[in-house]
Amino acid sequence: MGISVEGAFKRFGDFQALDDVSIDVPDGSLTALLGPSGSGKSTLLRALAGLEALDAGRVMIDGEDVSKKPAQKREVGFVFQHYAAFKHMTVFGNVGFGLKIRKWRKPEIATRVHELLRLVQLDGLADRYPSQLSGGQRQRMALARALAVEPQVLLLDEPFGALDARVRKDLRAWLRNLHDEMHVTTIFVTHDQEEAMDVAEQLVVMNEGRVEQTGSAEDLYEHPANEFVMSFVGEVNRLGDSYVRPHDIEIVLDPDERTEEAMVQRIAALGFEVRAEFTLGDGTEIWAQLTRSELQRLELRVSQIVYLRPGQATNFSGDSPPGDRGASTPPARQGGDDAEASAAA
Amino acid sequence: MTGSTASRWGLRTAAIAYLSALLLVPVGMIFYKTFEHGFSTAWDAITTPNAIHAIELTLLMVAIAIPLNTVFGTVCAVLLVRHRWWGNRFIDAVINLPFAISPVVIGLSLFLLYGVGGWFAGISEAGFKILFAIPGMVLASVFVSVPFVVRETVPVLQEIGTDQEQAAQTLGANSRQTFWRITLPAIRWGVAYGVVLTTARVLGEFGAVSIVSGQISRQTETLPIFVAKQFENYNQTGAYAGAVVLALLALTALLAMNLFKGKEVA
Repeated sequence: MGISVEGAFKRFGDFQALDDVSIDVPDGSLTALLGPSGSGKSTLLRALAGLEALDAGRVMIDGEDVSKKPAQKREVGFVFQHYAAFKHMTVFGNVGFGLKIRKWRKPEIATRVHELLRLVQLDGLADRYPSQLSGGQRQRMALARALAVEPQVLLLDEPFGALDARVRKDLRAWLRNLHDEMHVTTIFVTHDQEEAMDVAEQLVVMNEGRVEQTGSAEDLYEHPANEFVMSFVGEVNRLGDSYVRPHDIEIVLDPDERTEEAMVQRIAALGFEVRAEFTLGDGTEIWAQLTRSELQRLELRVSQIVYLRPGQATNFSGDSPPGDRGASTPPARQGGDDAEASAAA
Repeated sequence: MTGSTASRWGLRTAAIAYLSALLLVPVGMIFYKTFEHGFSTAWDAITTPNAIHAIELTLLMVAIAIPLNTVFGTVCAVLLVRHRWWGNRFIDAVINLPFAISPVVIGLSLFLLYGVGGWFAGISEAGFKILFAIPGMVLASVFVSVPFVVRETVPVLQEIGTDQEQAAQTLGANSRQTFWRITLPAIRWGVAYGVVLTTARVLGEFGAVSIVSGQISRQTETLPIFVAKQFENYNQTGAYAGAVVLALLALTALLAMNLFKGKEVA
């Protein structure tokens, strides 16, 4: 079932959570709403589920305007960030809740619940209470509960946010597989760009209540619409008006007309990847990403003077249209205060 | 803050000594005095027709006040926590009145309202007796015990949040189903604790009930009034035995809740 939102506005007191948001999610796709906290991504998701009423705008599910429909009639599966497990019910009771509400008969509920528990790999834990499960198990139970009623749409609010890194990675892969099997239109909210790029087919980048850009992970990374997207979907150095990815900086030992002189400040070996930090002549700080073998070839040392050649600098403020990769010229330099590696993680 | 071992034990001893002197010793004394002349003396004192009637009447007050205040208290708590409207501040302020006002004042106010010349005097004149009868005593008992269920349920409702209720909605539950299947089970121990406190309060209510009841033996005499009367008439065994029955009833309510709760957790 395709989903679309047209001109959504939502205000909480002084805070504009959604500011003219429109999105289009194709039937059967797996979409991520990506953005920092306060960007409106969770509000948008809750509006889709009917848990939040829009001040203006429409929500369409499968071509039908559901804006006025209450949550209980939208046939939407919703997975909450903190699981929202029914604490007084067993795993079986939780997963079967929606079926019981729909007045399914007991043997049919039992069959369906056990089928789902197998799907989320919780078979054998049907009689446990949520308090006896690990975080990952609770999240899978919440997912099974949402899937039990065969929703048209599956919505997940920061589904892996409260889990540790290892479990998170497993669940990601597992969610992707599940989506491949079930083909239910799925939208999940995350602030983790790596998670979004890893799992989703389509990403909607949000910031301050607006959609900044929509596209595949590759689109966003290669052709970011603006500074925000560029810095949010990957690491970036800012050099005056231009932006350059740390892996697009070439380190050479001999200067030419396109290089900048720089001093090595710090070298951090993060496994295969190496992060090298430099200061340019005007004090601008910049960092480059290189491989271990490059590091060995260059024999970099702290305090050494090297030459940087920024390839593929992107300029959003000039006449070049958004997404067009600017000329690979040395960037015009300004003060050092605005030149910092944007923290995207 | 841990402090030294000596000061820690000092604090503990002080706490226990304080509780013992103020609470345990007096209550223990009642039990001791009651059975001083043997069990049968005490038994005889509380099986007189007057005593039995007083016990029955007190239990009747409990049986009427609890359902009323439980339903009202739960609804009030849900209104206070889950709905934002102007009435919340009103409810929040008024609900504490019975805590703030002395029960004697409550009794007097009911007396003024329903007595001769009062605003609601017409009800009695029409033949439905309120003062010096059970309806007035019920009003007084309900009045003094209104806040307990609300006060115990509100923090639990706040604590559980709205996630579970919203999850139930997305699974197709309407608000009635959500309340009965999700909210109520989640707050049941808050409500239960409120009920126990309500029970204890209604069992022991003296001031308000003594004014509106007229204290007529075998008609409007509750157990606390019975105890006071026995005491005034120098029938100490009767007074002590009645007091022990009161204490045991309240303890039973508390124990019952703990038993149920223990079973649930295990």
